Amino acid sequence: MSARELWRLPARALATAVRAGECTALEAVSAGWDGPAALWERDVHAIAHSDPGARAAGAGAAPSGPLAGVPVVVKDNLCTHDHPTTCCSRMLDGYQPPYDATVVQRLREAGGVVSGKGNMDEFAMGSSTEFSCYGPTRNPYDLARVPGGSSGGPAAAVAYGLAPLALGSDTGGSVRQPAAFCGVVGLKPTYGRLSRYGLVAFASSLDQVGIFGRHAGDVALLYALLAGPDPLDATSRASLPPDVSGWDGGVEGLRFGWPANLWREGVEAEVVAGLEEAAAWLERAGARRVPFDFLPGEYAVATYYLVATAEASSNLARFDGVRYGHRDPAGHDLHALYTRSRSAGFGAEVQRRILLGTYALSAGYYEEVYLTAQRARARIRREYEAAFSRCDLLLMPAAPTLPFRLGEKLDDPLAMYLSDIFTLGANLAGIPGLSAPVTPAAGGLPRAVQLLGPDDGEALLLRAARALEVRGERARLDRSHEVEFAWPTKR
Amino acid sequence: MAIQRDEVRRIAGLARLEIREEELDRIAAELSSVLDYAGALKRLDLAGCEPLSFAPPAAALRADEPDGRCLTAEQALAMAPEAEGGFFLVPPVIEGQDP
Repeated sequence: MSARELWRLPARALATAVRAGECTALEAVSAGWDGPAALWERDVHAIAHSDPGARAAGAGAAPSGPLAGVPVVVKDNLCTHDHPTTCCSRMLDGYQPPYDATVVQRLREAGGVVSGKGNMDEFAMGSSTEFSCYGPTRNPYDLARVPGGSSGGPAAAVAYGLAPLALGSDTGGSVRQPAAFCGVVGLKPTYGRLSRYGLVAFASSLDQVGIFGRHAGDVALLYALLAGPDPLDATSRASLPPDVSGWDGGVEGLRFGWPANLWREGVEAEVVAGLEEAAAWLERAGARRVPFDFLPGEYAVATYYLVATAEASSNLARFDGVRYGHRDPAGHDLHALYTRSRSAGFGAEVQRRILLGTYALSAGYYEEVYLTAQRARARIRREYEAAFSRCDLLLMPAAPTLPFRLGEKLDDPLAMYLSDIFTLGANLAGIPGLSAPVTPAAGGLPRAVQLLGPDDGEALLLRAARALEVRGERARLDRSHEVEFAWPTKR
Repeated sequence: MAIQRDEVRRIAGLARLEIREEELDRIAAELSSVLDYAGALKRLDLAGCEPLSFAPPAAALRADEPDGRCLTAEQALAMAPEAEGGFFLVPPVIEGQDP
C-alpha cells in the first residue's frame, strides 16, 4: 500500500494492515508526513514539534498491538520523553521531559507512535490556538479561520489527515470546541478516567485528557486502551472504566435532552440548524427527544473563569526560573529572578489569567469571589444530575458559532471566553462530553453538535456519535470527496 | 466590580509578575470586565450549595499511595537553567554575600 492510500485509513484499518504485513509501521507513520497530507502542514501549522528520528524509533518499536504503527498527534502539554514538551510557551521552550505521560506510555504499549506534538494555546489557555508562542494553527477548511482551541493543532492535524487519532486536553472545552471547528470527533471523558500524570497542570480539578479521531470507532478503541486507574495520578478513578465496546450498538430507545432555551438567542442559525439535523437523525435511529429548560450557560462561564484561573495561578507558581523553564539572566536576587523570568516567559493571556486567579484567591476576595464560584459549581453539578434523571444524554451546541476568523476575538478576552459557553459546564460537573460533526454548513465550514452524558456515560456518547456518523455518511453520498470523511476543500 | 491600577499592581506583586505602567489601565479594564460578568453569580440561587472543589466525589478516587518512583538527581537537574554541584543554582538570598 502506498502513502497515497495509507493516510486515509481509519486507525483500526491501518493497524490491521501493519499487523498483516501489508505495510511497515514506519510506512504507516510516515504516510501523513510524506503523502498528500504533508502539503497541508505548511499552511495549517498544526504541529509545534516534529522529529523524523523519534518517529522512526517509535515505529521500530511498534510492530504489534491494537494500534500497531498508528501515528497519533500528541498535544504539546503531554510529556513525551522523545519530543520537546513546551505547552507552546516561551517559558518551556526547549524543555524535554525525562518521562512519558501515562496516556502516552499506554499509547506506545498498544503499538501507537507519537507523530508530532500538536500546537496549542499557551498552557492550554485560549479558544483559538492563536496564543501559541510558535504562531497560530489555521483551520484546514478555511485558512483565514481558527481551528478552535486550545487543542487546535491536534484537531486540525486529524482533520487534514496527518494522523487518524490525536490526544488533547480539555479543561473547559479544549477538545470538544476544536473538534467541532475542524469537523472531527472529540471526546472529553469523565473526570478521572484518563490519567493526568504527565499532563502539565492548568486547572487540576477540571483538566482531562481527551481524544480526537475521524471515526467514532477509532475514538472508542483509543479510549479503551488508555482509560483506567493510574497509581501515579491521585485523581484517577479507582474503579474500572466504562466498557465502550458497544460503541456501534445504536440509539434505539435512548432519550436525549433538548434544552432549546440555551440557543434561543446568541447562537448562529447554522449551528441551530445543525442541532435540528442531529436531533432528526437520532429520532430516525430510534431515540426520543425530551425537551426541557436548562440553566443558562452564562453561569458556567462566570464560575469557570474564577475557578480555573484560581487553580491556574496556583499551578503556574512552579514556573520560577529555578528548576526548569525560562530564566531571566537579569534576576540579581531571588525575587527579581522569579518576577523577571515569569514576566518574560509567560504570554499575555496566561498573565491575564494568573492575575485574575490571584485576585480570586487573595485576602478580602476569597470568600466573595472564589467560594461563591465553588458554590455555583455545586449548583451546576446538581443541574446536570437533575437533567440526567430525565434523559440519557443532553444534546446542545459545541460552540455558539461556526469557526471564527483569525484575530476576530484576540483583543476581547471576554468574547473569547464566551466561545466556550456550552462546553465549560461538563468540566465543572466532571461529566463526559463529545462533539460530533454533522453535515457542513453552507460554504463548507464544519458544523457539529455536542453530546453530554452522566458520569461514566462514554459508551452512550460514542453510540450516539456513531449513529450521527452513519446518518452523516448517507447525507454526504452525493459529495464524493467526503465519502471517507469530510475532506477539506482548500481555499 | 471595577479594579483600579493600584489593585493590579498589588495582585501582580503577589503573582510575581511585572506589569509595565502603560499596561496597567488596559489590564485593569480587562479584569474588571470579566469580574463584572462573573457578578451574574449573585443572581443564582445557591441555597444548600456547599463549595465544591472537585467533581466527582473524592470517595471515588484512589487512595493516595505513592509508588516511590522518583527522578534521579541527574534527571531532575538535566533541564535546570543553572545547576552546580548537584544543586539548583539561585541568586544570593542574603544580601552582601556572593553566590
